[in-house]
Amino acid sequence: MLTKQEKVLHSKHSALHDFIDGSKQSLPIALGYFPVSFTFGLMAVKGGIPVWIVILISMTNLTSAGQFAGTNLIIAGAGLAEITITTFVINIRYMLMSLSLSQKIVEGIPGYKRWIMSFGITDETFTVAAMQKKDITFSYMTGLEVLPYIGWAAGTAAGAIVCTILPESLQNSMGIALYAMFIALVIPAAKKSKAALIVAGCAIFISSLIKWVPVFSAVSGGWRIIIATFIACTIGAKLFPMEDTANE
Amino acid sequence: MNNTLIAVLLMALVTYFPRVLPMAVIKNKIKSRFITAFLGYVPYAVLGAMIFPDILTSTGHLLSALIGLGIAVILAYFEKSLLKVAVCAIAVAYICEMIISRV
Repeated sequence: MLTKQEKVLHSKHSALHDFIDGSKQSLPIALGYFPVSFTFGLMAVKGGIPVWIVILISMTNLTSAGQFAGTNLIIAGAGLAEITITTFVINIRYMLMSLSLSQKIVEGIPGYKRWIMSFGITDETFTVAAMQKKDITFSYMTGLEVLPYIGWAAGTAAGAIVCTILPESLQNSMGIALYAMFIALVIPAAKKSKAALIVAGCAIFISSLIKWVPVFSAVSGGWRIIIATFIACTIGAKLFPMEDTANE
Repeated sequence: MNNTLIAVLLMALVTYFPRVLPMAVIKNKIKSRFITAFLGYVPYAVLGAMIFPDILTSTGHLLSALIGLGIAVILAYFEKSLLKVAVCAIAVAYICEMIISRV
């Protein structure tokens, strides 16, 4: 039996361990964010928004598509309602991610910690956390979120301040970084699980359909991801309700 | 200026709200097997939908994007690290962009 003191010591040790674990896994995310947020910084400053506000946007929003769209609308002189609604619609996908993670975090995490760790949920931190074999602790999640947050803010600041030093061809090529990372996440999973392969395949098919069939041209990128996710997951859950992806 | 700040604040709110709501409200494990499976598949579906077709327009040209995509798929199949896959895709796309701009 462990004494009370030993138990406290033990839990502190594993919290630090989880934090470091999360930080290590988040390094590629932070590096991947840098060029994207750099581009954001460039774009926003070129659009006439003051440097400190541009950095503030990245530090309070911490999202790519949503803040790109919102900032474009600010630059275009759109109304507050349009800016708010567009940003919200693009971000609704986070509800699905947050819901999915709520099922994967260890039990008994107090409310305020849930409010803190939710702030850093992005497409990338979510997918890395969701692919974890173990349940997620608060320490792991915050470890996973800190470096990408810094990378996102620092990239924005660099882009906003430096403006245009990188040659355009290199900036263009960096656009593929995050997609390549997504591919590195999904393909090894799809190799091991038929269900994952089918779900991802369905989502790709539906997403392409919405993008390319003219009838759906009014559907925004945010809704496209939500619709594709919803249909693909329904198909997956109907076909393979037994597979417990959380404990693979 | 003032209006810009208000817009930024509103953007921050509507970005945080969907992130925090389910996590703050749902504190128990969901029992339904269907919903559990559904939520377990969300990451794969989100990844698929985010990658394609957007990756095709992620670089300057369709061709460099396609070749970058091909390299990423091959390296990912052999389970290389996230960073390695990303850096190689950038490098290959960059080389293609250079060649295309010279032609």
